[in-house]
Amino acid sequence: MSMLSIRGVGKNFGGLQVLQDVNFEVPGGSIFGLIGPNGAGKTTVFNLVTGLLQASSGTIAFQGRDLAGVAPHQITRLGIARTFQNIRIFRDMTLLQNVMVGMHHLVDYGPLALFFATPTCREAERRARERALELLSWVKLDHKAGLTADNLSYGDQRKLEFARALATEPKLLLLDEPVAGMNPAEKTVLMEEIRNIRDRGYGVFLIEHDMRFVMGLCDRIAVLNFGRIIAEGAPEEIRNHPDVIEAYLGREDQPEEASV
Amino acid sequence: MLEQQLLNALTLGSVYALFALGFTLVFGILAVINLSHGAVFMVGSYVAVLVVAHLEAPLWLGLIAAMLVCGLIGLAIDVLILKRLRARNAPHLIPMIATIGVTIVITSAAQGLFGVEVQRFPEEMLPGGDFTVGEVHVRMVEVVIVAVAFLLMGALFLALRSTQLGRALRAIAESPKAASLLGINVEGLFHLTSFTAAALGGVAGALISLNFNAITPFMGQPMLHKGIAVIILGGMGDIRGALIGGLFLGFAEVISKAYISSQMGDAVAFGLLFLVLLIRPSGLFGRVLERKA
Amino acid sequence: MEGFSDFWSTYSTLVFTVGIHALLALSIWLTLACGLLSLANAAFMGIGAYTAALLTLNLGWPFPAVLAAGALAPAAVALAIGVPTLRLSGVYLAMATLAFGEVSRVIILNLDITGGPEGLNGIPLVTEGWHIVLILAVVAYGLARLRRSRVGRAFEAIKEDEVAARLMGIDVDRHKLFAFTLGAVIAGLAGALNAHYTFFISPREYGFENAVDILTMTILGGISSLIGPVLGATILTLLPELLRFLHDYRLAVNGAILVLVVLFLPTGLWDSRRIRAWFARRASR
Repeated sequence: MSMLSIRGVGKNFGGLQVLQDVNFEVPGGSIFGLIGPNGAGKTTVFNLVTGLLQASSGTIAFQGRDLAGVAPHQITRLGIARTFQNIRIFRDMTLLQNVMVGMHHLVDYGPLALFFATPTCREAERRARERALELLSWVKLDHKAGLTADNLSYGDQRKLEFARALATEPKLLLLDEPVAGMNPAEKTVLMEEIRNIRDRGYGVFLIEHDMRFVMGLCDRIAVLNFGRIIAEGAPEEIRNHPDVIEAYLGREDQPEEASV
Repeated sequence: MLEQQLLNALTLGSVYALFALGFTLVFGILAVINLSHGAVFMVGSYVAVLVVAHLEAPLWLGLIAAMLVCGLIGLAIDVLILKRLRARNAPHLIPMIATIGVTIVITSAAQGLFGVEVQRFPEEMLPGGDFTVGEVHVRMVEVVIVAVAFLLMGALFLALRSTQLGRALRAIAESPKAASLLGINVEGLFHLTSFTAAALGGVAGALISLNFNAITPFMGQPMLHKGIAVIILGGMGDIRGALIGGLFLGFAEVISKAYISSQMGDAVAFGLLFLVLLIRPSGLFGRVLERKA
Repeated sequence: MEGFSDFWSTYSTLVFTVGIHALLALSIWLTLACGLLSLANAAFMGIGAYTAALLTLNLGWPFPAVLAAGALAPAAVALAIGVPTLRLSGVYLAMATLAFGEVSRVIILNLDITGGPEGLNGIPLVTEGWHIVLILAVVAYGLARLRRSRVGRAFEAIKEDEVAARLMGIDVDRHKLFAFTLGAVIAGLAGALNAHYTFFISPREYGFENAVDILTMTILGGISSLIGPVLGATILTLLPELLRFLHDYRLAVNGAILVLVVLFLPTGLWDSRRIRAWFARRASR
């Protein structure tokens, strides 16, 4: 059964039609890739799913629940987390705090419990801290937990954002160009980690530019071009799909195969 | 009598518009709320009264001196403070806070230099030759104020609309980064804008003190609040909005003072402003310049 | 002891004032911690002061009830204006709260019950030094707890990146409203306490200049921790006493401080990161 279903979705900005009749289903427990040339509207899809934008037409449903009009923080609480193409970690906070922010809705205590530092409150904070350290150790950043996030290298910042997204306890993880700006070695490591995430039972939905990365990783792929889905299927089908080849070869920003 | 009130409103409104024009210009071009604009306005009054009353120079020289001195103050604020904050890419509230500091310094310095007692133009130095149109008593001072204000505003509109400079400024208002890629001297135009805005604020101060003839170190702040009201009514950064908003506020104030209560006039203006912000933050008459990164 | 009681009779007012100012600085710290620049806190202080003074003078309420009312009245106003106002961002919020402050001042100035421009006279002097100390301590402790909790983390996240905060499951609007309202509570308490030890209040004390003074204290001290606002309040309360020889130019020093801090010490005097780094350097020597 599909986890996220996108049916007939369109989006206009002013007179500009960015997405048109987009249909696809993201299954749970697997890795789904959405690819397409720059400006095809991929990030807009993410912004619609996370509630930052509202679709002009069509429906987006998560586990059977229509997301129209649901606020972004509520969507997160339903179980969708995302990372950003341009990395939006909280730079002035420590790594630990960054991840603990992600647990905001999971750490629960009342104002009185907080003021009097009751056992319930301290226990909840302690558990959150432990869980945050565990998540940081997944991405091998636990030894830097007390550092301020702006001290991190680019690759580590991506990993932190990853851990922070997992902290919200998502069922579906949206990754916006997760390997942008990474070197080949880092890419291989990240690929492995994304597989691990899937194997732990999360659904992964990623947008990517780097064809080799996507082909090697995704269980299923949809291709977006000029706001429309032009192909969908297993990596093998996509690789040989004439429209996809056309879409990529016909443009200047080719897949970055050369860079791998 | 309504006609007499309308004349009052036009006089006040044109000064408000002139004042707000400088204020909104800085916001539109530099993206800074310059809260020292009121203090600069007050300095303009003092400069004019010193030049006219103490040096016994003619009025027009007083107005020009007010423009120059205030322009230089505006330039100094930009070069010494705002420029550094731009270089550091400080969040947009920071320059606003800095200009609050400048306001305190200028106001306190004026208080130290001139004391708190009211300064006045000697009556005989004010332009004379009042006349009557129908039942309306027109003072020459009012004619001078409205004429000078509209002359300056007209010159500014023309400069912005039809010169190369105006086009460059509009490019900066859209996006400073793109403008500098086009080879526009962005920093230089920031300085020029700061100078011009402060000069307009200063001459507005000189003009209003011709009308009320009561100059104190504290006259800047109520004016600043009116300026804020005007640019919010007119749309922040909107030049035409400042003109319409200024006239509108002049009329609203005079009419509510005449027909409601003298004190509640201010509350009406600010209540209106508060509502406008909530309902239509882009202003009643204008549109906000959307700045692209 | 003789020396101390001499000192106290001369300077007790000053010490009280430091306490009141520290409360106000903390009240605006709360909104700044959330990334909001609100200039409404002087007005909230005024609403608290007038509510409290009127209840004491006209109805003879007991002091604790008066304090509670002085805190709750501005909170109610903050809730009412916060819902629409906090949608505005950055300078628009600053302008809206400034306008709100002016409206409040002009209304107080024109009502009969508030005594108009003359203000209220003869408010009983029931505020004791320990009241201020106790309330300041409770507020500081509460805020310190808050800062280290999920709410404090949410505030910081909102300040840094509102969109990212939303996507972490944080209800940004509610947190902003909470910070704004709790700030009003603290400012209202400060106003109520102040009214009952200065004997006299007038609309002049709650205008734009006062909002700016409060802001200056907090910016000078720095907002990275709670020590900053208290430190800033202390310095800016004592400084004018030390600068008496400057006469009318005294205030200019406040303004210059504000400019210099913004230019050269953007994180304020007390930046917890800088201070930790400094201690770390000393320890490693």
